[in-house]
Amino acid sequence: MSDYIKEAIVNGIFETFEMTLFASLFSYIVGMPLGVILYATSKGRILQNRIVNGIIGFIVNVARSLPFLILLVLLIPFTRFVVGSSIGTVASIVPLTVGAIPIVARMVESSLNEVNPGIIEAAKSMGASPVYTIIHFIIPEAVPSLLQGGAINIATVLGYSAMAGVIGGGGLGAIALQYGYYRYQKEVLWTTVALLIAMVMIIQEVGIRLSKKTRKN
Amino acid sequence: MANVFELTNVSKTYKNDGKEFTALKNVSLEVREGEIFGIIGMSGAGKSTLVRTLNRLEEVTSGSVRFYDEDLAFLNAKQLREVRHSISMIFQSFNLVNQRTVLSNVEQPLKIAGVPRKERREKAKQMLEIVGLLEKADVYPSRLSGGQKQRVAIARALAAEPKVLLCDEATSALDPKITGEILDLLKQINQERKLTIVIITHEMSVVEKICDRVAIIDDGNLAEVGEVTQVFSNPQSKAAKKLVFPSNPFEPSNPGGRVVRLVFDGTQSNVPFIANLVEETGLKVNILSANTRSVGGIGYGQMIVELPDSIDEQNTIISFFEEGGLTVSEVD
Ligand SMILES: Nc1ncnc2c1ncn2[C@@H]1O[C@H](COP(=O)(O)OP(=O)(O)O)[C@@H](O)[C@H]1O
Ligand SMILES: [Mg+2]
Repeated sequence: MSDYIKEAIVNGIFETFEMTLFASLFSYIVGMPLGVILYATSKGRILQNRIVNGIIGFIVNVARSLPFLILLVLLIPFTRFVVGSSIGTVASIVPLTVGAIPIVARMVESSLNEVNPGIIEAAKSMGASPVYTIIHFIIPEAVPSLLQGGAINIATVLGYSAMAGVIGGGGLGAIALQYGYYRYQKEVLWTTVALLIAMVMIIQEVGIRLSKKTRKN
Repeated sequence: MANVFELTNVSKTYKNDGKEFTALKNVSLEVREGEIFGIIGMSGAGKSTLVRTLNRLEEVTSGSVRFYDEDLAFLNAKQLREVRHSISMIFQSFNLVNQRTVLSNVEQPLKIAGVPRKERREKAKQMLEIVGLLEKADVYPSRLSGGQKQRVAIARALAAEPKVLLCDEATSALDPKITGEILDLLKQINQERKLTIVIITHEMSVVEKICDRVAIIDDGNLAEVGEVTQVFSNPQSKAAKKLVFPSNPFEPSNPGGRVVRLVFDGTQSNVPFIANLVEETGLKVNILSANTRSVGGIGYGQMIVELPDSIDEQNTIISFFEEGGLTVSEVD
């Protein structure tokens, strides 16, 4: 491998990190509240509301069932509107975020669903309001499960970030595509793939450890 | 004495997917200030439903639940939360937040009530002291035994200085020894803090040990309500009899024979009344079961006996026992 390619790979690692980090962050900022709303408004929960739950659930399901590659293309005009360009690392963060939001929302919802209903009953009997119950009882109790879900989500975003290379995004995916696919340089392809796998595994491992560490039961 | 709760014709019908089920039927009763009130019944009788109407975790379908003369049904959400600070509850499965320390769990009701941090920490420690678990303040609940978890739940329930404590099968997940310790603690709290306690249970032994009065719920109906000693020595309803009679006496020798239950307290225990019966009347009874119980701190003995076939002889025997001060009741 030439020094030029090595440098490109190192650069690619940072770009992949950048995309994954920001896309994950932004997708939680939107997806977490959506997940909480999906949970709280579902049948038998503390803020049961069929209309709200139906609408948000429908949007999330539609967004989640779109293949990410299609979403990438569909979102080009939106991305251009938000960041002023549709190619490059920063531009990739937009579709990655949008693609991850519904996944995060469902993951958060399922973590909250695991919380023992008895705890919610206890909160209610103490005179806690529904919002207080969510913030001080349900979410803290779900933290280990949320962290575990977080690791899975970040790994998914990282995988998606490799796909962003197709529409001119940066990162390891773009390098794999350029050198490995278009120019057929096998060792570049395998190096980037190995790096991507290693990064996913590290994220999973850290997530699982954090989750175990915080789990008090 | 003032009534803490007053239930008038309370009915509750659950509706699920078009199916209806009436779990409470026209229940009327009152819980008096300072007492330990038991609610006992078989599994599925409606006890949990009943106790959950007391803090409006369950809405009644008809009738009214009054807490210190205030109809709970008329409170808005905010007023209801306010009232719930005065009605604490503990559960069979403890329901502690596993991800929070013992101290933080006990602080929760104070935090909800808006008590400043320093003050609530102080108060929470005081409560842990009462239940004897101050040294576990910084431990997480999963490190505690069942009995300790229930003590933490009691500390949490007491923290907001409630007027009444509701206990839904609070000892049903615990072994007999730990059950005894938790009941002793509840009794102590009842006496020292003048706290009214409502206890739901399916075990007569719990009622006998600490309750002042008891209501018997049978298939959603209030079968009987009264002083525990009264209900124990002379149960009126079929459901009450089922609960207080020894569960497995020997079969009577004559399947159609008349079987009665004799109850005597400590004051009569030095009288050999079976021997006296034979001596004075020449009649004999067949003992099917006998045991002693402690009800409200008083020792009681009970005996299930089979009477002879002759109606005259039966009447002679029953009046002999009744004149001796024993309580005689039919076993159906
Ligand atoms: N949410 C509910 N929906 C329908 N039926 C219920 C519900 N909760 C309780 N029940 C029914 O009401 C009856 C009484 O229940 P419960 O009050 O829990 O009994 P207990 O506490 O005495 O065992 C049971 O037959 C139970 O199946
Ligand atoms: Mg029950």
